[in-house]
Amino acid sequence: MSPSQPFAIDSAYVIKGGTVVDATGSRQADVLVKKGRIAAVDKALDHKHVIDAAGCIVAPGLVDLHTHLREPGREEAETVESGSRAAALGGYTAVVAMPNTEPALDNAAAVRQVLDLGATALCDVRVAGAITVGRRGEQLAPLGEMAALGVRLFTDDGNGVQDSRLMRRALEYAGALGVTLAQHCEDEALASGGHMNEGAWSSRLGVPGIPAEAEELMVLRDIALSRLTGTPVHFLHLSTAGSVAMVGAAKAQGLRVTAEAAPHHFTLTDAECAGYDTVFKVNPPLRGEADVAAVRAALADGTIDAIATDHAPHALEAKEQPFDQAPPGMLGLETALALGLTELGLDHQRLLALLSWQPARIAGISGEHGGPIVEGASANLTVIDPAATWVVEPEHLASRSRNTPYAGRKLTGKVRHTILRGEPVVLDAEAQR
Amino acid sequence: MKHLLSVNDLGADGIEEVLRLTDSFVEVSARSIPKVPALRGKTIVWLFYEDSTRTRLSFETAAKRLSADTMNFSVSTSSVKKGESLRDTVETIEAMGIDALVVRHASAGVPWQISQWVDAAVVNAGDGWHEHPTQALLDCYTIRQRRQSLHGLRIAIVGDVKHSRVARSDVLAFTALGAEVTLVAPPTLLPPSLEGWPVDVTSDLDAVLPKADVVYLLRMQKERQHESLLPSLREYTALWGLTRDRARLLADDAIVMHPGPMNRGVEIAAEVADLPNAVITQQVANGVAVRMAVLYLLLGSGAELVA
Ligand SMILES: [Zn+2]
Repeated sequence: MSPSQPFAIDSAYVIKGGTVVDATGSRQADVLVKKGRIAAVDKALDHKHVIDAAGCIVAPGLVDLHTHLREPGREEAETVESGSRAAALGGYTAVVAMPNTEPALDNAAAVRQVLDLGATALCDVRVAGAITVGRRGEQLAPLGEMAALGVRLFTDDGNGVQDSRLMRRALEYAGALGVTLAQHCEDEALASGGHMNEGAWSSRLGVPGIPAEAEELMVLRDIALSRLTGTPVHFLHLSTAGSVAMVGAAKAQGLRVTAEAAPHHFTLTDAECAGYDTVFKVNPPLRGEADVAAVRAALADGTIDAIATDHAPHALEAKEQPFDQAPPGMLGLETALALGLTELGLDHQRLLALLSWQPARIAGISGEHGGPIVEGASANLTVIDPAATWVVEPEHLASRSRNTPYAGRKLTGKVRHTILRGEPVVLDAEAQR
Repeated sequence: MKHLLSVNDLGADGIEEVLRLTDSFVEVSARSIPKVPALRGKTIVWLFYEDSTRTRLSFETAAKRLSADTMNFSVSTSSVKKGESLRDTVETIEAMGIDALVVRHASAGVPWQISQWVDAAVVNAGDGWHEHPTQALLDCYTIRQRRQSLHGLRIAIVGDVKHSRVARSDVLAFTALGAEVTLVAPPTLLPPSLEGWPVDVTSDLDAVLPKADVVYLLRMQKERQHESLLPSLREYTALWGLTRDRARLLADDAIVMHPGPMNRGVEIAAEVADLPNAVITQQVANGVAVRMAVLYLLLGSGAELVA
């Protein structure tokens, strides 16, 4: 059965008939939710309000480490509200908003503004602060002042920190605050002027390329700096076989590095750029088949810790420019889970580890998100129908933008319900507000 | 064929068809009144985002000889400067009721994007480093005037292949017609990957020249020496320029080509450009007839051609 009216936030209900999957394992159980918390997890629980989960997975809410919400500055592309709605529909109960807004989120006031906007959003909105002032890579931003507001992740994403000495200092300073620095790995001198992966396709298409080595050089450097400073580094959106191999080797040596990969880097190759459709322009760029295979293998064997969307909305007119003038980036929040289910062939617990509890740990929000579904835990949940098939239709996405590279693609697996602190923000694949 | 975006849109048969039609239009061009009514009532727009007086004049002359109406969309005075998107610009032009857009743009792929947005035929008159199909067609035609066929000919393309739309289209056209193509360049001026290119590659021009049937010199842009692609133009000339001394290595009947405009004294010595082996002015002359053939193929009904 389906509920016919929205629930009040402090009402109680039971999520019935599903298979609970979390870090502890998988079991048939109903979940009773009361006052924003999980009140019971057991077989055959009853309540007058029922959320149907028959045939579905009941999992901790998904956590996105890499979301561009575009507010402030580019509200024509996305807002905290529209982006959070897209997130909720994609099964996310928390997202980390990237700081490359206009102006950048490089101080406490700017962070607070986004946190305030996020207070009424359809998912928990956390903020990543900038490492350097204005993301210019010249001077350390007030990391401590932002950490005091709860910021746990810092990055200049959109750019990598080019200056090795500055990055070393930032890591040393971050170590004392107990926060994690996340790097957009790109050696700008080597990547300069490039608009797609450098290789056979870029050569044929006459488009200046970005070699894999532009990413790999910074991965190599930051592994070295993590070793030097003893401070963790998180690698954003790894896209190449070489990057993945270096992260695997660093982990084997016991270094505290973590890594994420974006859905487009395990589903699409640079061959997609053959028609010069700017929807396929992204940074890091779509790579070759061997890179895609390496990213998939690294997701399966645990070298990569998280699937992160790099959800990057752009207004239509911005993308309707020549390939070398259009901005890079693609939507991701509403398709990531289904792409994982459709493409990766992982068991559900392994996939959910990549989408929920492992990114929650990296984001420093394990207390609220991604934890085991047990009595007393915060009710941040997603209910997934793993067998439902659907076709991606850009015009039906909740994002303000339409730049999905998956238009027309048939996917298996759909989010049915999303519960945020006990509030069903998505019911039967419809946002409730 | 709806558009001419790439040489690949034609294939070997399509190239042959254009070259056959070009023969008829060379004949038309030689008449006292070099004009046929083949495209009367058709409207062609020149959409040149990048200056190229030579290519535009060649297309313009071709269109006039076919009796087409032409309009020039002047990019510098238009709303393009006001931040209008490429798509808006193109859709505005199409709303005026046009049959073809001839597009030149500094960015690779723009003609492909435009062809997705409009119903009119799109002709690629050069897109970034990518392609320049009518140049390749006129190059094939020019070679065929000297030799019966391109089949089995050894063609050396020399110079800045990496940044050259002419080179990309020529490789496709020459190899489609059976020529053996060798690229000769310093590695910094080659595309990063030649996977899938049916060509040989060398940096040794002296080894290639004695066996070459055709030497095709690419324009060497002066900026390249500021991008650390070359130490200097002087060194480029010393190693890859067709100097007077090097030209002596050529077979007597070898053909020397260049897409223009030439940097005399850089990629080609002034005296070499004036040798009887050089067909550079024929290339320009053939450009008009080849472009007549292309426009006719895209826009003509087939009935109006009075040859
Ligand atoms: Zn990034």
